[in-house]
Amino acid sequence: MKSTLPLDGLVVLEFSQYLSGPSAGLRLADLGARVIKIERPGLGDAGRKLSIKDLWVDDNSLLFHTVNRNKESFAADLKKEDDLETIKKLIARADVMIHNFRPGVMQKIGLDYTVVRKINEKIIYGEISGYGKDGPWKDKPGQDLLLQSMTGLAYTTGNANNGPVPFGIAIADILCGAQLVQGILAALVRKQKKGVGALVEISLLETLLDFQFELLTTYYSSNRQPERSYISNGHPLLSAPYGIYATADGHLALAMMDITALAKAISCKALAAFSTGQAFTKRDAIKDILVKHLLKHTTRHWLNSLQQQGLWAMEVLDWEKMMQHEAYKKLDMEQTIYANGKRIITTRCPVRINGEKLFAAVPAPQVGEHNEKIYNDFVSAGK
Amino acid sequence: MNLLEDIIIVDFSQFLSGPSAALRLADMGAQVIKIEKPGTGDICRQLYVSDVMIEGESTIFHAINRNKKSYAADLKDPDDLEKIKQLLSKADVMMHNFRPGVMERIGLDYETVKEINPQIIYAEVSGYGTEGPWKDLPGQDLLLQAVSGLAWLSNNSDEDPTPMGVAVVDIMAGTHIAQGILASLYKRAISNEGALVQVSMFESILDFQFEVLTCYYNDGNRLPIRSEVNSGHAYIAAPYGIYKTKDGYIALAMSNIVLLAELLHCEPLKIFTDSNDWFVKRDAIKKILGDHLATGLAASWLTVLEKADVWCAPVMDYDTLVQQEGYRLLNMEIVVKTTNGLSVTTTRCPIRVDGKTLVSCKGAPMLGEHNAEIDYQFGLGREVVRREA
Repeated sequence: MKSTLPLDGLVVLEFSQYLSGPSAGLRLADLGARVIKIERPGLGDAGRKLSIKDLWVDDNSLLFHTVNRNKESFAADLKKEDDLETIKKLIARADVMIHNFRPGVMQKIGLDYTVVRKINEKIIYGEISGYGKDGPWKDKPGQDLLLQSMTGLAYTTGNANNGPVPFGIAIADILCGAQLVQGILAALVRKQKKGVGALVEISLLETLLDFQFELLTTYYSSNRQPERSYISNGHPLLSAPYGIYATADGHLALAMMDITALAKAISCKALAAFSTGQAFTKRDAIKDILVKHLLKHTTRHWLNSLQQQGLWAMEVLDWEKMMQHEAYKKLDMEQTIYANGKRIITTRCPVRINGEKLFAAVPAPQVGEHNEKIYNDFVSAGK
Repeated sequence: MNLLEDIIIVDFSQFLSGPSAALRLADMGAQVIKIEKPGTGDICRQLYVSDVMIEGESTIFHAINRNKKSYAADLKDPDDLEKIKQLLSKADVMMHNFRPGVMERIGLDYETVKEINPQIIYAEVSGYGTEGPWKDLPGQDLLLQAVSGLAWLSNNSDEDPTPMGVAVVDIMAGTHIAQGILASLYKRAISNEGALVQVSMFESILDFQFEVLTCYYNDGNRLPIRSEVNSGHAYIAAPYGIYKTKDGYIALAMSNIVLLAELLHCEPLKIFTDSNDWFVKRDAIKKILGDHLATGLAASWLTVLEKADVWCAPVMDYDTLVQQEGYRLLNMEIVVKTTNGLSVTTTRCPIRVDGKTLVSCKGAPMLGEHNAEIDYQFGLGREVVRREA
């Protein structure tokens, strides 16, 4: 099965911790690459000790197991001459390396791109920083919530009177990892054609600015900051009714739609006084009418009439209800991993290749679990 | 040399998911040709989505479609369809985000296109996949946020489910399809095989939640509970969140509560010496901290905390952000020009290659702007299709 994957045979060295770099490594692994984590002996990736909701599998958090399945681990102390030499031999045989150390750390160790390139000129060297390598912020911690806060992102979500509301998912880390994967893969395409390596760099800061490209382009053009609605904000650039509304028994999401068609579909006389042309200027007034009206009936009632008219609406589900739904079950999104005898259920890769779902239920490695194997495959064999 | 030089991408997709992927591929050097319906084009040109317009089209369209070409073709017209098939015979990648069944009806499904060009990478983005009860429903960002549980992760617990205010589903699905396309192009360079790459917005937004969903799957299916106050992440202990001060907001990431109590001279916090309490009693801790931080100025709190290496930051809006040296030094803003000579300021690609930013000054195309050029480049519509030398 694995032999048919697009990145089969590719060797990736992951000098990364926590989420941004390791999430990139995970995607490359799921697409078929052999991903080797290079870790400090003993402690390893600091992400091993970072838990969320205090959930643990073994000595490692469930979070670590989630992000690092389908990888191998090679323990090496980069401050020791011998270990560093071994790592350089691995680098000579690798296609890709990824790190997310703060600026200057790889120079100190002696594994910055200028050095690595001399060992392996065709390597793709992927580097993640928090804020780039120059400037007043370069040494600040590249932590997700802080980046959300500094890039204006917290003013896109929640209602205007909520104060800044961050995304409850590590968007900067995850998106940065995903963007890095794109850069690395594009560089591999060039390498295959032209035989040259590449340095691919990205920062969490640039990632979140790119993420907001629609909002920022609008801001540059209008010089007006985006304004969240006071009621049911769904997206600061979008007009009424875009947002989530409470109903008699749950919540309903309404996307872009014609106001007149909406008024008709939900039999709302007060709304019929407004036209689609007023969907921006009277955004909160329209939303206020909807809030009161939609409370009168159940989500199912509204959905029936809205979807019948081809209007873009959907019920708001929590995970429990979502997982009971046939649409979720049909995806076959879960996979089961056995790590040290413990059963972990997690998600699979979202990309399908040639109609196949990509499952890879290989547990995350212990620190240095694959030293011997990797040494034999790359270092002894290379002699 | 650009990473994707000589790669030709024929993109039938609309709105944001597919087009955002094509934009990134264009940034990295690919030639992206949008295939659009004559008259109306990509629905994103027309859809009344932003109240800021450029040349009668939304700023959003210009942001998403810079550095692309537009080829107008009526896929129901046999002559146009023939030209498109000729174009596909010379393309490296084809992308679309129509609902399931549409490409089959047009006659440009994978099986057909594979016969025209066996090496092509055929990429499709759907809302909910090609089977199941939701397959024919619109793949729209907010609606996917609604059904995937995502709306229960942001904001305080007494607020309604709160969607993320950026089109996160479209953008994540775009990165996933681009990853699949690029990995398949790499494989093709070795094996000469084409591939079908599929992503659904539903799977993409579940993958986005992989950390917290994995908690849910393994923690006895206990639903996430957002903090009552200062909510930052439903699964992370206090103080994680954004706090109001006398003159603005500050963000506090993971930190030691005892240390915070000392640094901020916050007496009532000092009782929380057991780190296990920092998650379980996070609302109590956050309330104390929130009351305390409201008594001082943002800058003075940050000075104290930064000195002690506590993970903290000021919360900025765009007006504040764009004045910062840390922002300006990035040169994140670029100016692109449309053929009409209109300049649009937008953001550049976040990826740097070999130390250089990836910048192009080409603006978004007018509908059908490149028909003649592409007919000529690929010899479309001629009886004998001549390959480029």
